[in-house]
Amino acid sequence: MSECNISIIVNGEQHELTVEPRTLLVSALRDELGYTGANVGCETGRCGACTVRENSKTIKSCTRLAVQADGSEIETVEGIADNGDLTTLQEQFQEQHGLQCGYCTPGMLMTADTFLRENDDPTREEIREAIEGNLCRCTGYQNIVDAIEATADQLGGQR
Amino acid sequence: MYTNDFEYYRADSVDDALTLLSDHAGAELVAGAHGLLPRMKTGDESPPALVDIGQLRGLDMIEEDDDGTDLSIGALATHAEIADSETVRQRASVLADAAAELGDPQVRNGGTIGGNLAHGDARSDPPAALLALDGSLEVRGLDDKRTIDATDLFEGPFETAVADDEIVTGIRIPTIDDAVSGYRKRRDPLSGYALVGVGVWLRTDGETIEEARVAVTGATTTPARLPAVEDELEGEAITEDTITAASAKAGITVDDGAFVSDVQASAEYREHLLTIDTERALYDVIDISQ
Repeated sequence: MSECNISIIVNGEQHELTVEPRTLLVSALRDELGYTGANVGCETGRCGACTVRENSKTIKSCTRLAVQADGSEIETVEGIADNGDLTTLQEQFQEQHGLQCGYCTPGMLMTADTFLRENDDPTREEIREAIEGNLCRCTGYQNIVDAIEATADQLGGQR
Repeated sequence: MYTNDFEYYRADSVDDALTLLSDHAGAELVAGAHGLLPRMKTGDESPPALVDIGQLRGLDMIEEDDDGTDLSIGALATHAEIADSETVRQRASVLADAAAELGDPQVRNGGTIGGNLAHGDARSDPPAALLALDGSLEVRGLDDKRTIDATDLFEGPFETAVADDEIVTGIRIPTIDDAVSGYRKRRDPLSGYALVGVGVWLRTDGETIEEARVAVTGATTTPARLPAVEDELEGEAITEDTITAASAKAGITVDDGAFVSDVQASAEYREHLLTIDTERALYDVIDISQ
């Protein structure tokens, strides 16, 4: 069994760790480094519960080996709030009841946060397309779309 | 979910990757690994070593040749980069469509065009686009380089003409000004792959279809052109009758037994859908009102 030394930045903090090549990025984040925000859902690249940003782009961290991310900058849901204050998006998920069991929420937040950086005035259809890679089995998506739409409305052109 | 053990090597150049491949029997190349890693998790594939070319620089460009006749796309361009490229949209819209229809935003950020085409998944979208565009793969081996035409690329399920010790460095697409193209996908709601996907490319003078290329993915065990549909279109006036007659040939052109039959759809149903989707794909790119 071989092992590799890798170096990744997570939410601005540098980490050096030793992993087996077969260790998934989501497992390294959760089990080695304690960033349990990214959830392990389907593990097949379908559900999006493990969504994080790698070098500013959303990816599914179950479909990425930790060794592939060597040298990358990773952002998890733990990193999006400013000094512990919830972001507008997080507040709106609460306000609009954009979650029930909450399992999909970290991935949903990472996808929505990234999407709103690219499109600050989206239609509901565009929002639904943007969250295509994140499955929610509780809400029926209605309130999630509401939350993302309300965030865009509230932030206006501030971004 | 863990895969079997394997050794991991990160290549720092194409030559380095080719050497690593030849030094490690059975090693597989990865970039995005979006084709291979899911199959390693299920045990469908278990390579003893991976050679990672995902970090190589200079293989993700999307550019037109100086004289504007060819489009070159690096193997490491992601589906998201292709879907968002204004150049691809203008010169080869069927490929931009296929890239935009593939998977979901995260998957499009992760997967690369070179890996997708070398992997040869017959349910995936880009193969129909490459076939409709009559594109080719640029491939390098340790001692030589060669070109593989789209029509020679897909040999069977997860089997392509790219050899185990070769690397796809890019794809090349011939482009002309008076061509239109598009891709229509009927998405399998469970997997997100194409239940049926049809890519069409037409060169017209505004009234007559001078040249046609139509290709299918998803419905058949191997992505393929539909020559009977193309023959029916070429030389004909752009009318509803032409489209109806050509679409009706979609099923005949595929060999017996080549339609996929699974829990989602029988072979017979896929054949039926292919006729409908070929017709719709043609209407998508043709302005019939003229």
